[in-house]
Amino acid sequence: MEIAAIFLPLLGAFIAGFFGRQIGDRGAQIVTCAGVLVAAVLSCILFAQIGFGGPEAARTVELFTWIDSGSFEVSWALRMDTLTAVMLVVVNVVSAMVHVYSVGYMSHDPGKARFMAYLSLFTFMMLMLVTADNLLQMFFGWEGVGLASYLLINFWYEKTSANNASMKAFLVNRVGDFGFALGIMAVFVIFGTVQFDEIFAQAASKADASFNFLGFQVHALTCACLLLFIGAMGKSAQLGLHTWLPDAMEGPTPVSALIHAATMVTAGVFMLSRMSPVFEYAPDALAVVTVVGGLTAFLAATIGMTQFDIKRVIAFSTMSQLGYMFFAIGVGAYPAAIFHLMTHAFFKALLFLGAGSVIHAMSDEQDMRNMGGIWRMIPFTYAMMWIGNLALAGIIPFAGYYSKDMILEVAYADHSWYGTLAFWLGMAAALMTAFYSWRLLLLTFHGQPRANEKVMAHVHESPLVMTAPLAVLAVGAVFSGLVAYEWFVGHDMAHFWSGSITMLAGEHGTIIDAAHHVPGWVPLAPLAMGILGIALAYVFYMFKPDLPGKFVNSFRLLHGIVFRKYYFDELYDALFVRPSMKLGYGLWKGGDQAVIDGFGPDGAASVTRGLSAVTSRLQTGYVYHYAFVMVIGVVALVGWFYLR
Amino acid sequence: MMADWPILTLTTFLPLVGAFFILLIRGEPDMVARNARSVALWTSLITFVISLFILANFDPSNPGFQLVEEYKWIPAFNIAYIKGIDGISIWFVLASTFLTPICVMASWQSIETRVKEFMIALLVLETMMVGMFTALDFVLFYLFFEGVLLPMFLLIGVWGGPQRVYAAYKFFLYTFIGSVLMLLAILTMYLTAGTMDMRVMLDYGFAQALPSLHKWLWVAFFIAFAVKTPIWPMHTWLPFAHVEAPTAGSVMLAGVMLKMGGYGLIRANVQMLPEATFWATEFVFVLSVVAIIYTSLVALAQTDMKKMIAYSSVAHMGYVTMGIFTMNQQGFDGAVYQMLSHTIVSAALFLCIGVAYNRLHTRDMNAYGGLAKNMPRYAFVFMVFMLASVGLPGTSGFVGEFLSMLGAFQANTWVALFAATGLVLGAAYMLLLYRKLFFGKLDKPEVKAMRDLSWQEVSYFAPLVAIVMIMGVYPASFKDVYSPTVEKIISDHQASLKAAGLLDDGTPTQTASDTAPVKSVASEN
Repeated sequence: MEIAAIFLPLLGAFIAGFFGRQIGDRGAQIVTCAGVLVAAVLSCILFAQIGFGGPEAARTVELFTWIDSGSFEVSWALRMDTLTAVMLVVVNVVSAMVHVYSVGYMSHDPGKARFMAYLSLFTFMMLMLVTADNLLQMFFGWEGVGLASYLLINFWYEKTSANNASMKAFLVNRVGDFGFALGIMAVFVIFGTVQFDEIFAQAASKADASFNFLGFQVHALTCACLLLFIGAMGKSAQLGLHTWLPDAMEGPTPVSALIHAATMVTAGVFMLSRMSPVFEYAPDALAVVTVVGGLTAFLAATIGMTQFDIKRVIAFSTMSQLGYMFFAIGVGAYPAAIFHLMTHAFFKALLFLGAGSVIHAMSDEQDMRNMGGIWRMIPFTYAMMWIGNLALAGIIPFAGYYSKDMILEVAYADHSWYGTLAFWLGMAAALMTAFYSWRLLLLTFHGQPRANEKVMAHVHESPLVMTAPLAVLAVGAVFSGLVAYEWFVGHDMAHFWSGSITMLAGEHGTIIDAAHHVPGWVPLAPLAMGILGIALAYVFYMFKPDLPGKFVNSFRLLHGIVFRKYYFDELYDALFVRPSMKLGYGLWKGGDQAVIDGFGPDGAASVTRGLSAVTSRLQTGYVYHYAFVMVIGVVALVGWFYLR
Repeated sequence: MMADWPILTLTTFLPLVGAFFILLIRGEPDMVARNARSVALWTSLITFVISLFILANFDPSNPGFQLVEEYKWIPAFNIAYIKGIDGISIWFVLASTFLTPICVMASWQSIETRVKEFMIALLVLETMMVGMFTALDFVLFYLFFEGVLLPMFLLIGVWGGPQRVYAAYKFFLYTFIGSVLMLLAILTMYLTAGTMDMRVMLDYGFAQALPSLHKWLWVAFFIAFAVKTPIWPMHTWLPFAHVEAPTAGSVMLAGVMLKMGGYGLIRANVQMLPEATFWATEFVFVLSVVAIIYTSLVALAQTDMKKMIAYSSVAHMGYVTMGIFTMNQQGFDGAVYQMLSHTIVSAALFLCIGVAYNRLHTRDMNAYGGLAKNMPRYAFVFMVFMLASVGLPGTSGFVGEFLSMLGAFQANTWVALFAATGLVLGAAYMLLLYRKLFFGKLDKPEVKAMRDLSWQEVSYFAPLVAIVMIMGVYPASFKDVYSPTVEKIISDHQASLKAAGLLDDGTPTQTASDTAPVKSVASEN
């Protein structure tokens, strides 16, 4: 069953990818959708078994040895514990919905089979990532989802912008993977293994270990954890390595929903949670995680308020929510982070697919300035977007309320300087989240229609194959928080996680326990922020529509910086991209051709050319030169034997 | 079954017999070309099948030399005809016999002039390469080592591009210096040891016999092999040689000839001169790291497809030299694996470029664009090798690259850090190349007219794709054959270092241990 749940998507990808022409578009769609749907059902069964079966239910299915070199041994294996089971459900269910939705969304595209194959390939790689029982297999899935993301962003490969975006995504992620790979090596040096159970068993004993890194004697676990975190920052678009995510919106919208919102970008959160037994002994690394997460949550939200592309707004919102998950991890509340990961997967996939439905209805228009006044025409999509936004803004009783509240409570309960910083950044981000969500809602659906008449005449509700997945995800966005609260972070927590996540207990129990005893205003504050944000959005975009313009005018400089995304792209371009091209060219022309060749072969050549002109007038071919050396060699050899 | 046969000699000289038959072909030019092609193909295929018997008769658990054949040659001087293989050389023999038929097929249509001579050169090249990897006598080794260059020279010189004279000249100058130095070193060692038998020389202990000279011997060998590998800054002949060579020449050059450098470094430098190897470790690390970063950056600046892949070869061989000199199991295993992977991947990439070149006759990547639309099979094949080249896990490229970096991390974290930047830089130029060829709008009429892979092309790409995948997912299939040999090389190496007092007994130190020291503060208190 485990094997079926993971390899069915690969089988689907294989058939659709290599035999797409033989079985036709319809065949490819059926094969891939069936594969992922069955995998989704199996995942739910596995989740029920493992999540509620206590510690005995967890297991590992060994497949075969991958790399074995001296004491370095890794296998292909499927690790099944609660953390994996949660991810299995999230990945397979969202993926199944996106597969079905894509049948409708891509109905006008000629590359249907290729698209479905890529989606299924992605799903398989993501499953390999979450079921890994060692860091190296995780790295396999990690780079594999990166590849699938590259292929899907570049799905419309004739567009230059898509080419650029896909390359950027791959390369920025590679910068992260550079850290991840070094992190794996550091873990191997510290623990002598990269297999999870063996690492976890030794984690406590290595708490004070130190090792030599780049000539410095450093705290071993902190160093390894920070290197791993660089990998997580790349994949999960945290501040500094986030620049690829907004550009990744060049891909088709179902891709944005599946990869760049619900699953792949949360891989970093998953990785850190998986490594919780190690991170718990690296408090300095956790502090860094908290600060980076808090800043990401805040800054991404500010950018989100200024963008006009509907998909980019949601992309920045994703980045901001990932920031929440990271600072939850930073204060040690891994279950809260995974809880938010799960609810976020549902409501963010819903929002993206809803946005896709809008784009589909508006004849591929993505700029919100050209929308408006369409809510009566596509009422179902409109309702779905309401649900998604309510969940995102954290309004009771929608899913986001439970998980976001929990994260802010743990940050408050941590009482460290960085926890407190993250708490306030998170509170501000909560306000902004609600604001940009309703800004999006109002600009897209309300007000005067700003599209041309031809587009407006075409506005239509999406077909059932697209709306049904929206409905399923909406159920998740409404109920998943309420239902799963007790399992993830409530009373059933210990039984539910049954050792798949480690949290060191302080004097008042774990950080989650502490979060249940914060002052009464703390749980209510995020909700208040959400409502305030919504109210502000109504004022700005419904009641006083001239306010945003005035606001921008009076803060022109600040708005400019935020609107241009804090100039990260320009900075990186000037610091890394162009210099490496120039350096490469310089080394080629200056290093290889001028210095090495100039003093080496060419210099020697010009000398020998003069000599050989004298000595060899008969022969002109270069083969002769070689034969000449051979002869000299043989003569020297033979001559030496006889003259010895 | 065939264990009693002189199977190594058979594999070595069978291609030469085929070449002789081709020489005898007479008649109409068309018919001569056709017959030469089929004789070459059948000869190389039969040679490959016979070489598989080497693998079948090889016992992986035995780290010593196997299938040894020994005949008297010049007994007065203790020179003999000795052949034998160990876990490392066996794979290079197979790589040579595997790539030759592929080269014949790849040259089927693209070589139209002097087909007969071309096929002869290719078969002679095969003999020389197999002979070199199986030689256990230094005279034999040297003859084959130099002999490889002759057919390669002809391949570039006769069937090469417009600048072939310059390319050959460069090639000549570099190898000239290397050969002379190596010859001197070999003679010195012969004088000392009194025999040309490499098996004796491996355990001879030249550091004790020649305390003042053994480092010079190391340097001489190093320069000879560094030119071949190539190691920065002795790499500048390679891009030119590749650019001017016909596809088959590039495939052989990248696939097998570069490995002669790595193989020689292991045999002569590491195994025969362990003390000097220890002394030069840091120096090689620096050169390797510079190679990885420098040539990756240079590759990024290229617009000529072949030059880009040639520079990427230098970067990839940087991982090999780095891995070998870590002298720990992971690093060494990784280095050998990287060589094997590079054999397949670089050969395949040059074949891929040959496909595009045969259709459009330009190596300028800006002349292409949008090929994904009209050549989907080609796009897939190229994608697989591109990913293997950037070291994506699940392909052959990852295993070698990761293991060699893992070894380096234990030896010196700075080296690993710099080497890991290759992850980003390597991806940058390969993605750039792929994008220029396959993505964007298909609007150039001459590019639009390019046909997808023919079935003949598919037939030689298919096994390469399969090997890349198998090597990536189940490396044991290749690694188990050479791991015991590597283990023995490392333990012998450490034993000689300990004997020389360069390595403490017992406590592992940085360069020679499986796991670097992790100091526990708690345990010390």
